Amino acid sequence: MQCQECGVKPATLHFTKIVNGEKTEFHICESCAREKGELIPGTAGGFSIHSLLSGLLDLEGAGKEKSAATKTTQSLQCENCGMTYSQFSKLGRFGCSSCYKYFNSALDPLFKRVHGSTSHVGKIPKRAGAQIVFKRQIDELKQELQQSIIQEEFEKAAELRDQIRKLEKEITQE
Amino acid sequence: MSSLRFTEQALSDWMRSGGSHSEIVISSRMRIARNLEHLPFPMLASLEQSEEVLELLAPVFHEEAAADFGSFQLLKLDEVNELDKKVLVEKHLISPNLANDSRSAAVLLNEDESVSIMINEEDHLRIQCLFPGLQVREAWERATAIDDIFEAAVNYAFDDKRGYLTSCPTNVGTGLRASVMLHLPALVMTHQINRILSAVNQVGLTVRGIYGEGSEAVGNIFQISNQITLGQTESEIIENLHSVVTQIIEHERNARERLLVDSALRITDRVKRSYGILCYAALMELKESAQRLSDVRLGVDLGILEGLSISVLNELNVKTQPGFLQKMFGDELNATERDMYRAKLLRETLGTQH
Repeated sequence: MQCQECGVKPATLHFTKIVNGEKTEFHICESCAREKGELIPGTAGGFSIHSLLSGLLDLEGAGKEKSAATKTTQSLQCENCGMTYSQFSKLGRFGCSSCYKYFNSALDPLFKRVHGSTSHVGKIPKRAGAQIVFKRQIDELKQELQQSIIQEEFEKAAELRDQIRKLEKEITQE
Repeated sequence: MSSLRFTEQALSDWMRSGGSHSEIVISSRMRIARNLEHLPFPMLASLEQSEEVLELLAPVFHEEAAADFGSFQLLKLDEVNELDKKVLVEKHLISPNLANDSRSAAVLLNEDESVSIMINEEDHLRIQCLFPGLQVREAWERATAIDDIFEAAVNYAFDDKRGYLTSCPTNVGTGLRASVMLHLPALVMTHQINRILSAVNQVGLTVRGIYGEGSEAVGNIFQISNQITLGQTESEIIENLHSVVTQIIEHERNARERLLVDSALRITDRVKRSYGILCYAALMELKESAQRLSDVRLGVDLGILEGLSISVLNELNVKTQPGFLQKMFGDELNATERDMYRAKLLRETLGTQH
């Protein structure tokens, strides 16, 4: 569906306005919505997650002077699919899996806001992830090792060190 | 395609067995989002690239590995007519997005319709498992097993740090959306629902209407799902949802019992009035029928109405949707005709129950 205001961009905001019992439906794109001032805080419930998200992605509010840091972020571009960060922040969608790599510097604050966290701790693909499983095990062991050194449990520390060496050897052999 | 098996019956076979807490929990759903490495996400993919995704993913499930999950049929969405698409959406077998906005979209469905694997939706692959009642753990077990079958055959976009990469940043990490569909009439009637729903939001869960993102909660049916997909393990997400839903069930049950004690006459009147209207009305709007069916459903659980099965009510919830009505009574219905046929359907189904 095209935006009913400009007729050019795809309509990304769909909402119903009821004034004195009269219902009007709107299908517009985000830039027209901003222009028309329909993007009123508090009406967010009627908008798609989409537009809420792009509000989050746009680090500074529209209209405000943008800092130099934001400008660099906005000009980040994915070399694989060509999407820029500024396009991404409008669409609320990544273009391809490489976008994660090229936008990496801007993603930590975003994920922190959306998920309260920046790294994955869940399932790992069996085939592609065998290495990652090792790495995670090693990380965990290293943390334990640190702990046991602090607590002066040197026997345990020596055991952990051997386990880590063994795992690291297995990785390099593969 | 003259007749599509999946759109003939309103109630999927998986819905016929009740599952636990079926007087309150309608269904549990698990959805996993995955993408292929090297190909742009569906939003940016060219037609050829979308076809490539389809060719890579569709055959995986014809192999023996999939036999444990029943036999699957592949539906290409551009070969399905508009009305059948609408019915598939109403039955929750595909998303509105897959039906309307996707290129080279397809879905793999098994016989009892408990597994729906969408290709070229917002992500290349979306695995959905549906179970009746409260069975989030069971649904996860099945979804992850299906995920493993695909993973053995294709290369997923996976990042050491970010996990499974998805088109939308709200799905990254586990790519998991676990949700439970609940019928909460007593909490709505006793005005406790808003307090409970805002508490739900504070523990990383979100509430949506029955047809997902942006849809309204009709007939007192709410869908509760996890909001966070990054930084929690799948089992943390599932256990969190399970424990919150268990508490909501407890509240709803208490509220129902209190209704029977404090306002037995009022609630009996409300249930029987709704039942009477469903049995005799000549015109019935969707919103009203959803509300009345909710009252009747509550009445069945409280023992106010006897001889009606929850399964018939589940079926009516789907059959009264516009797409299904058109499927049954003709696809050129205007709004008034739809209300008329909806009323007829309700009269005939509920009237013969006694």
